[in-house]
Amino acid sequence: MHLYHGRILIIDLTTREVRVEELSPSVLKGYLGGVGLAARLLYQYAPAGVDPFSPANPLVFASSGLGGTTIPTANKHAVATKSPLTGLIGDSLSSSYWSLSLKRTGFDALVITGAAASPTYLFIDNDIVHFKKADHLWGKGSLETEGNIKREIGDSRVMVASIGPGGENLVRYACITNDINRQAGRTGTGAVMGSKKLKAIALRSTRPIRVYNLDEVQRLSFALIEKTQGGGTKKYRELGTPGNVLMLNSLSALPTRNFQQSSFEKAENVSGEVLAERYLTKVMACAACSVACGHIYTVPDGAYSGVQWELDYETLFALGPLCGVDNVAGIIKAAELCDYYGIDTISTGGCVAWAMECFEKGLLSGEDTEGIELTFGNYEALLQVIEKIGTRSGIGGLLAEGVKLASSKLGNGSEKWAMHAKGLEFPGYDPRAMKTLALGFAVGLRGACHNRAPGYETDMSGQVDRFRGEAGRGAKLKEQEDFAAVLDSLIICKFIRKCFDDFYTEVAYLYSQATGLEMSPAELKTAGERINNVKKAFNAREGWKYGDDWLPPRLFTDPITEGEGKGTVVTEEELKLMIDDYYQARGWTGKGLITADKLHALELNDSIASLEGLRYGKKVYNL
Amino acid sequence: MERKYITCDTELCTGCGLCEMVCSAEKEGVFCPELARIHLVHLDETIAMSIACRFCEDTPCISACPREALSMDEANNVIRVDKMRCIGCGWCIEACDFGAIVLNRSTKSVILCDLCEGRSQPKCVEVCPKKALKVSTFEIEAQVAREKAARALTSS
Repeated sequence: MHLYHGRILIIDLTTREVRVEELSPSVLKGYLGGVGLAARLLYQYAPAGVDPFSPANPLVFASSGLGGTTIPTANKHAVATKSPLTGLIGDSLSSSYWSLSLKRTGFDALVITGAAASPTYLFIDNDIVHFKKADHLWGKGSLETEGNIKREIGDSRVMVASIGPGGENLVRYACITNDINRQAGRTGTGAVMGSKKLKAIALRSTRPIRVYNLDEVQRLSFALIEKTQGGGTKKYRELGTPGNVLMLNSLSALPTRNFQQSSFEKAENVSGEVLAERYLTKVMACAACSVACGHIYTVPDGAYSGVQWELDYETLFALGPLCGVDNVAGIIKAAELCDYYGIDTISTGGCVAWAMECFEKGLLSGEDTEGIELTFGNYEALLQVIEKIGTRSGIGGLLAEGVKLASSKLGNGSEKWAMHAKGLEFPGYDPRAMKTLALGFAVGLRGACHNRAPGYETDMSGQVDRFRGEAGRGAKLKEQEDFAAVLDSLIICKFIRKCFDDFYTEVAYLYSQATGLEMSPAELKTAGERINNVKKAFNAREGWKYGDDWLPPRLFTDPITEGEGKGTVVTEEELKLMIDDYYQARGWTGKGLITADKLHALELNDSIASLEGLRYGKKVYNL
Repeated sequence: MERKYITCDTELCTGCGLCEMVCSAEKEGVFCPELARIHLVHLDETIAMSIACRFCEDTPCISACPREALSMDEANNVIRVDKMRCIGCGWCIEACDFGAIVLNRSTKSVILCDLCEGRSQPKCVEVCPKKALKVSTFEIEAQVAREKAARALTSS
């Protein structure tokens, strides 16, 4: 087999037992790698109904199918686990040299189960697994942890993925950081790692990667590298994703002050343009990425002078406009602080913004916040609260639970402005101004996510009225979700999605030449559908119910306050209509469950029925 | 013939490491940074630089070899490795101040940059997406520096 290894490594932290299991070429081809493979393995290795913080909840790291080569942007990895934030599938991507090292371990995935008795880190030296004490690293941020482990092993080429104090303290949206500033950010994978007392996974991999047809893979890679220097990636290379700020602001789609407004009157102050002019230090790339979107900024003066950190649009939006903050130095400092604690910036911003609204409306008092004046725009308060979240102290204990749980604990109507779907805090797009995106947030398999359910592509296409939900959006969203699943599994970065003329044809051929597994464009497309269905099957098994696919009340009652689309809300009727349309496009039942026909068509019946713990047709599906 | 070598502009280098991957594929038929003849170093989150053999005037690698396996090919200005003589002892690797030489365990001999002899330009230079790599000479680099200095001195 080429490019794949055909085996996975299963590590039990409780017993320190390590074993290797084989993976068949059909599973690899059927799920590609990345998110697809991670989701498939999670389905298989997670006992049905497992508590996310139980040692039995597996933490799966899956390599990119096409990683380890010159194929640009393919050095990524996926993490999957049962999310402590949503209670459903948690899957997240990260990238760069740790991902490359994972690919070169000689395993297509790591499945980590059990829990260590005391802080531990794993050092996987090619295929030898060492269990190392991590008491001395417990409490440290990822940056320091990486440096310490490299020094301890005595080899700076060792790559480290680790959790910060946030993961240790079980902040439900803690992330896993690798390569200093790359995160598997969403859905709380870092909290699960913390619950296992697993501080870090260090990899030293020196294995060569072989492809089926080297000359052809090289030719295709070089052509793609060339294309990634063109118009399709201009936005990412030049201003980087912060360029979105002014664009979304002009579309009434920049969520501001916890979605009370859809545009920010001070957007200019935090725009990609201003960042580039006053703060940009360097643009960096992930391993084997020819785009280079990583914009690193430095605060030139003032209280945080010299603070240097990377910002992307989502971090900028969440710690900026969403919290009413327009102080760039404060945002850069807040991003650094989130990364020190190892907590997802989007969810952190979402939780703080929710708390700011609670504070302004009198639901949280100065006593609750220990004197912090938690008002919109107060960046110093934002910084103080981030520390409290990371350490779960005071008000941070509540906010570390995520807005879904926090609002149900606080009550008093605060659920209305808890901006999440299925527990995952909203990213930086306003669904009132993008109705296909609204559908995607509602039905999204990991909760509200623009990456897994990129409905904005339809809304921005110019072919639909983005302020109106209507029939036909279901099919469009399905197509986009399946496309995203293919990208997230191959793994090819979404930032080069516009570098293909005919994606499925070009990439199926590239895949065949790289792996030696013959793949047709139709098969590749079906793989995307299969991956989303296995995630759906996991959710259904773990308690997803019809009705969970929905949006928070604010979007139905509070309209866009000004600018284009002023007065627009999401109506319950249009959302219901689009959801029905979507279930139909997916070939699911009217109640959103997978049908027997669909299971057969996607060949999920074989894999799922044979998997331990599930008898399809009885236990999960009300067929 | 002027001595040429591959130089890296750290202002332009984004640390992607495609040069290593391209090199090992071109020369060894596999993707493996450890088998590349150019190597990326990441110093921190903003500094990355790729390093290949600089074909030093005084060649400590050649001096260090106890088996006379390394030699300077004066006609082409590259360092030759006699695979029959090289036993992979690694003295040359230690002698090199730039870490430009590596051991190929499967052939049991060392490898280093040969500027992709026979090609119009080295493969890494051709593929580098940010044009951070180029083949240059000391003379050219010195002239670039002089011009830059002159420009700075006369610009006010």
